Amino acid sequence: MTVQELLDSGIFTVVNVGENPEREITVPFCCDLLSIAMGRAPAGCAWVTVMGNMNTLAVATLADASCIIMAEGALLDEAAMKKAKDQEITVMGTELPIFDAALQIYQKLKGQQV
Amino acid sequence: MDEAIVLKYGISPDDFTRAGEASSDVKGKLKQLGVSPEAVRKVAIAMYEGEINMVIHAKGGEITVEITPSEIKMILADVGPGIPDVEQAMKAGYSTAPDEVRSLGFGAGMGLPNMKKYTDDMRIDTTIGVGTTITMIVRL
Repeated sequence: MTVQELLDSGIFTVVNVGENPEREITVPFCCDLLSIAMGRAPAGCAWVTVMGNMNTLAVATLADASCIIMAEGALLDEAAMKKAKDQEITVMGTELPIFDAALQIYQKLKGQQV
Repeated sequence: MDEAIVLKYGISPDDFTRAGEASSDVKGKLKQLGVSPEAVRKVAIAMYEGEINMVIHAKGGEITVEITPSEIKMILADVGPGIPDVEQAMKAGYSTAPDEVRSLGFGAGMGLPNMKKYTDDMRIDTTIGVGTTITMIVRL
């Protein structure tokens, strides 16, 4: 599944569409501690988190995540939103808890019924 | 690319809003040079961790990146307190970061271990009260 297909699925709200939405999503990844995410987030992952500061955006870029999903209704702060636009990072949002959001992505990737 | 391409960045202390800019710039340049995505990712992660450490712990410093066809060398030189016990600092989970840094999602004691994990060679030269220089190499 590509980032664009996830955007189009309507599961999540669209916060910002970044560069290369045709990129394949490899796996969902859940973590709110940036130190851990930096070392463990797999390349191309859809990163589900509630941490919405600008360092989240930096970690997503440098660890090469395909997109960020802000769960539990968490929002990007103003500086982070600006960085998402400047750096062209795809960000989506949802009221779902982290696990449920990641599960939806997982099921989509596996082609299962949601 | 016969000669090394050398990039230099000044790192300001206590400026979390700019932390990561140098690493992002290097990432962009490596991509332009056609370096493999996996190597770009390793350099980006290792350098960002080092950059964050310089912002958290030191009074700023300078990062030099040397790019050759065979390797990418990152030299992170800070003016700072130095590391009293390098072996302890290398242990995952050990951290001296203040609470405000932890509230941003950092300070879990993963920085140095991540830097080692993502590079092929890493050397730490530190002098108490003077500063720390970390040299990391990612082979291409």
